[in-house]
Order: sequence, then structure tokens, then C-alpha cells
Amino acid sequence: MSERVFFDEMRGTTDTVRPPYADYNDWFDAEDPKRLRRKAAEAENLFRLTGITFNVYAEAEAQERLIPFDIVPRVLSGREWARLSAGIEQRVRAVNAFLYDIYHRQEILRAGRIPIEMIAKNDAFLPEMIGVMPPGQVYTHIVGTDLVRTGPDDFYVLEDNARTPSGVSYMLENRETMLQMFPELFIKNRVRPVNNYPKLLRRSLSACAPEVAGEQPVVAVLTPGIHNSAYYEHSFLADQMGVELVEGHDLKVVDGRVAMRTTRGYQAIDVLYRRVDDDYLDPLTFRPDSLLGVPGIMDVYRAGGITIANAPGTGIADDKAIYSYMPDIVEFYTGEKAILKNVPTWRCSEKDALAYVLDNLADLVVKEVHGSGGYGMLVGPAASKKEIAAFREKLMAKPDNYIAQPTLSLSTVPIFTKAGLAPRHVDLRPFALVSPQRIDLTPGGLTRVALKEGSLVVNSSQGGGTKDTWVLEG
Amino acid sequence: MLGKTAGGLYWLFRYMERSENLARLISAGQRIALTRSSTAPDEWESIVATAGVREAYLEKYDAFEGPSVIDFILRDKDNLSSVMSVIEAARNNARTVRTALTREVWEAVNECWMLLKDALARRVSDRDLPQVLAMIRQRSAFVRGALHGTMVRNDSYDFARIGTFIERADSTARILDVKYYVLLPSAHHVGTSIDNVHWETILRSVSADGSFRYLHGAEARPRLIADFLILDRRLPRSLAFCYSKIGDNLSYLESDYGMRLPCHDLSDEVCERFRNATIDMVFEKGLHEFLQRFIQDNNRLGQQIEADYRFTG
Repeated sequence: MSERVFFDEMRGTTDTVRPPYADYNDWFDAEDPKRLRRKAAEAENLFRLTGITFNVYAEAEAQERLIPFDIVPRVLSGREWARLSAGIEQRVRAVNAFLYDIYHRQEILRAGRIPIEMIAKNDAFLPEMIGVMPPGQVYTHIVGTDLVRTGPDDFYVLEDNARTPSGVSYMLENRETMLQMFPELFIKNRVRPVNNYPKLLRRSLSACAPEVAGEQPVVAVLTPGIHNSAYYEHSFLADQMGVELVEGHDLKVVDGRVAMRTTRGYQAIDVLYRRVDDDYLDPLTFRPDSLLGVPGIMDVYRAGGITIANAPGTGIADDKAIYSYMPDIVEFYTGEKAILKNVPTWRCSEKDALAYVLDNLADLVVKEVHGSGGYGMLVGPAASKKEIAAFREKLMAKPDNYIAQPTLSLSTVPIFTKAGLAPRHVDLRPFALVSPQRIDLTPGGLTRVALKEGSLVVNSSQGGGTKDTWVLEG
Repeated sequence: MLGKTAGGLYWLFRYMERSENLARLISAGQRIALTRSSTAPDEWESIVATAGVREAYLEKYDAFEGPSVIDFILRDKDNLSSVMSVIEAARNNARTVRTALTREVWEAVNECWMLLKDALARRVSDRDLPQVLAMIRQRSAFVRGALHGTMVRNDSYDFARIGTFIERADSTARILDVKYYVLLPSAHHVGTSIDNVHWETILRSVSADGSFRYLHGAEARPRLIADFLILDRRLPRSLAFCYSKIGDNLSYLESDYGMRLPCHDLSDEVCERFRNATIDMVFEKGLHEFLQRFIQDNNRLGQQIEADYRFTG
């Protein structure tokens, strides 16, 4: 692994500071490391006081933890962003067209571009959504596309998170923190703002309201509650949008509408931005034991009485098995070649692919088709012989359950350590808002960073941190 | 506003209020223990009774001794009304209603929780007790200050205030009721020093010893103390004061929502009782009976508000 050369976004591969980082580099060189260390501690206190914490399920006593914040920003030039945003928009458009098609005429299956069993046998496909038209024909109101980079112009889409992508509150709070701690940096660098995301989100959700809604649609955020790991984000977004934050037990179906219990009686909701998984949305339709959802909401939905964002059943679009067909999907619905690359993917359900994967486990990343959060995956180059052998057993027992990808040489961005700047691997999750008329992309997104030297796993549940992400004007 | 949010605000401020009342009770008890050790066990017992946790305490301990009472009331997780338990509950409520709070109020609650979690992680030593008790009172005051200074005067504010005063009225009434017998005119006790111990604790438990001296001189007569804590509207912890505030906030809700509900009648009835009462009447009818009835009515009003404004489904 050590012989591999990684592209560093600050210093390239030749140790010369790349232009987007020039001003930052000058500033950093002139700073006293002691002051920066103090600032880093200050940032941590700020996060704690604000309560930007998350719960880790695996730990016995659900402890509140901070996602480590690194004070060195990740900087993208305006040109880099222009290309990225065009690629994301194209992909998001294709995902929505795909979802509409797959729950209606299924042209893509008829055309033979995706094998029918990829859909029919897929748990992420919701038969309950067949023939259902979401208001405004929008399925994925919010998308968080995970991107990685391997070179100056090489960006790959790693995942199209089309269900309920999280992390946007970190994008916003990271910027607030940087603005408070280092105002001088924002005078020197013209950084495109991100703070209007909540306003755009509310506007975008309102634009997707069902026809029954009035002039000013009533929007609410549905959370599983304060023990959910992303609860901070749910309350943050509701607060920033100026809408109610509801839980299942605040809601019930009244006169054919989903309504929330207020101090003055029940009030109908037009758009529900739900941060609850499909399975828990409606105990009458999905999991009967769920207390997080609203009994009967799916009936109201099918009758056009409410917008659910994102629509139920969008998981079929970000399923890891479907992922490998994304270039075809983009081409099929947009008539254009995909601007952003897909990571080459072996579907272990296919015999030849499985044979290749088994032969090359030590060089590959193998993921569960339905897994998330970085759990249940094998990073071949970082795994011991024993781990690889154990994984081989799991893979052979249930090959359909896995896909494999080459280990990409993920780019690095420096983080601030006791010894000064040190490169660490990063990914990027920009957030796209979809409404019938438009797609809004907030410049930048959430940069996640693997804090451990050499690590490629950026997930917060596995010791990852975050950075402020800058897109420069021009 | 969501019914749940109204309930969350109400309980957040009930719990914050409770935490500081408990700290005051312990301060008063500790002072007696330090100055007149012979009466201390009785005093600790009445503190446990005032805090309403007698049964739970006796499940764990056999005797009323300072260290175990203090530990039980300050930080025992089995005691749902310990300071740590109520601060934890207050913060959980604050998280639930985060969207209805200003950043200042939220941060004051969150910081209170962070500091107390640390300060109460271990048994508090005698040496540290005064600072810890001061911290509890100060943090509660910070939260109240943030509420006053930053929250819009709408229904959120009303529910927060109503919670504060229902809790405070309950606490003052219990302090009096647990010691009602020392306030009764009895030839046996009047004028002895043991009396002084009790009235001093009563006044200290509501941080009113200074104002009482200022208004009534150094000579404390039981009737005056009862009058001060029950009927004197100048004292912010008296029952009459609490109810004038509850009445105000409920009437704001009434006009804001254009809805008169059963809780309004209930509160008016209690307010009316205070307007017409004199302390002589209270004693004539029986101080203990008066306080018992008040505690029940106060509970009932709390439950009625909860139902009228749909705190729960």
C-alpha cells in the first residue's frame, strides 16, 4: 500500500501548492500553531455546547459523541465545481426519471438495459409504490451524492444516496464555526456561501406540495426522536426552516389528511420531510410493530393528500446492485453519456465476477448490497489474511449479497495534527434539492475525512471526521 | 404549536425549577447539621419528605443521615426526582422542543447539564457541597435569565412560565406542610430555640430569610411566616404570587387562542381563594388542611392544563 501515490488536493503529487489553496497556504504558514491548537479546542467546545452530537448504537450505554471537526478547509475551484455540479444534476435527473419509470411502465426493463430480476428480487423495490404518482413527479427531493477523487480531473460517484441522506447540518455548522473562528480567511478568499440551504429546502419542499395544499403549504420534519443518531440534524433543519419537528405520536390521519396534534387541535400537514426509513413509515403497510410512523399515511399518500419526501421506495435507485447500472440509467433517460464516472463494480451474483473477486480479495473493496455506514465491508489491502479468509466464507455463502470494487487511490487533504499538516483521505457529499421546476445544488457539501493515517474509511461511526468545504468564486 | 412542544416546555421549566428548590432544601439542611447537630436527623427526614421521595429513600436506606440524604437527593439515578435525574429530564425535554427555544436558552440548559453531569459524577464531599449547590442554583437562574432575555412572549413563553410556577407553588406548599406543626400556636414550643431552627429553615428553603427580616424585623412569628409564604404577593415564591402569575399566563393563552378551557376556571377558583383569604382564616380552617387542599388543587390544575392543551396524544 505504501508504494501507492495519492493525489493531494493541496499539494498535488509534486508537492507544489495548487492554486485554490494558495491563499490558505500563505495564511497557514504565517499562523502560530499554538493559536491554531487553541482554536481547534475552541471549536470542539462550540460543538458540544450547541449539542452537535450523535449517538453510537453499538456502544452499550448510548454515549453522545462529537464528530471530530478539522479546522483545515477543503477547497475546490469554481471550475472544478462547475463540472461536478453538472454531473450531479445529470445524475439526479436520471435517478428521478428511473424511479418514475420503474414504478410505472418499466421501459428500462423492457429495453433490456437492466435485467428484470435486479428489480423483481430486490427488497429495495416497493410494490406498494407501483402506479403511485408523487406530487410534482418528484421522488428524490433531497439527494446526497457521495463522490471520491483520484486525480485533478477524476471524480467518481461512490453512492447515490436517494433515501434520507444525512450530514447537511454538518455542512452548515462547519461553515458557521469557520466563520466564527477565522473570519479573516473569508475576507481573503471569496467562498461561495452555503447558508441559504434551509431556505432553499423549504422552498423546494413547498414547491412539491400536493394539490390540496393552500397558498403556504404546511411543511413538517418527521424524526424518530431524540435517541436517533441524526436527531440533532432533524431539529436543526426544522428550526432553520421554521417548521414543526414531529414524531409519529404527534400525528394521525384526520379526515383523509395527515394531521399534527397542536395546542389548538389537529392541523393538516402538506409536505412531510421524513427522516424515518420506509419500513417504519406506516405500520398498516410496512412493519406492523413500528411506533415511529403514522398508521394510514400511505393511504393518504396514494390519494394525493400529502407529499412524503423523499418518496417511499427510492431505495431502489441507490441500491448497490443497481449502482453498477448507473451509466446505462443515465444514458437511457438523458440521452447523454454520464459526466461523472462510476467505480467499476463486480456483481458477485454473476459467476465470472464472483470468481474474479474471490481471486483478488486482497486488492478489492467488498460491500454488502444493502449495507451502509461502512459496516460489513472488507477493505482488502488493509485487511489481515485471517480477516480475508473469514470474509471469503461469508461471500461464498451468499454471493448475491455482495459487490466488489477496486480500491481507489482516494485523494487526500491535509488535516491539522500535533505535528502540523498531514494528508488524510476524504470523500465529498454535495446536497441536491429537487423540485418540479429545478434542481438546486449548494456549492460544496460535506467533506468527510478519515482521521487515521492511511485509512480509507471516512464514516463518522468508524472514526471519521468532517471539514468545511469551500467552493471559490470564479 | 405542537401539543408535545407545549408539554416539553412546561416540563423543562418544572424540572429546572425543581433542581434549584432541591438545592435550597439541602443547603438549609446542611446548615442545621453544621450548627445544631442534635436536631439534624429530624431535619434530614423532613427534607426527604418535602422532596416527596420518602418511600424511595427508605427502600435504600434505614436511617436519615446527612451523607445518604444528600447523595440520594443530589445524584441518585434510582431517585427520579434527584437533581441529576431532573436535569437529565430537563435536557431531554429541551432537545425535544429545541425548535421552540432560542439558542441562548438551549445552550444554558445544555451547559447546565454538562457541568452538573461532571460535578455529580461522584459523591459530593462536604468540602465541595457549597459550590455544587451554588452551581445548581446559578445554572437554573441562567436558564431563567435566558428565557426572560431572549424568548418571544407567545404561547411558548406562557407554557414555560406556567410550568415554573406550578412547580414552585408545589414546592413552597410542601415546605410549609412538612413543618406545619411548628407554625401552629402551641404553648409547648413557642419562643424556644428549637422553633427558631425550624422557621429559619423554612425561610432559607425559599431564599426568603433576608427579605423576611427586612419586612418584619428579626423576630419571626409563625403566623407572619405563614402569611409571608402563603399570601404575600411581594414574595416571588409565595403561593399567592405563583398563582397570580399562573393566572396571568393562562389568561394570555386564553386571549391568544380565543379559547376558554376548563383549566381557566380551575385556576380562577384558586386565585379567588387567595384574594379573599387572610392568614387568620387559614389558621382557623386548619393550616395543614389548607395546604393539603392546595397541593391537590395545584396538581389537578397541572393535569387539566396538560389535557386542555393536548400535551400527550
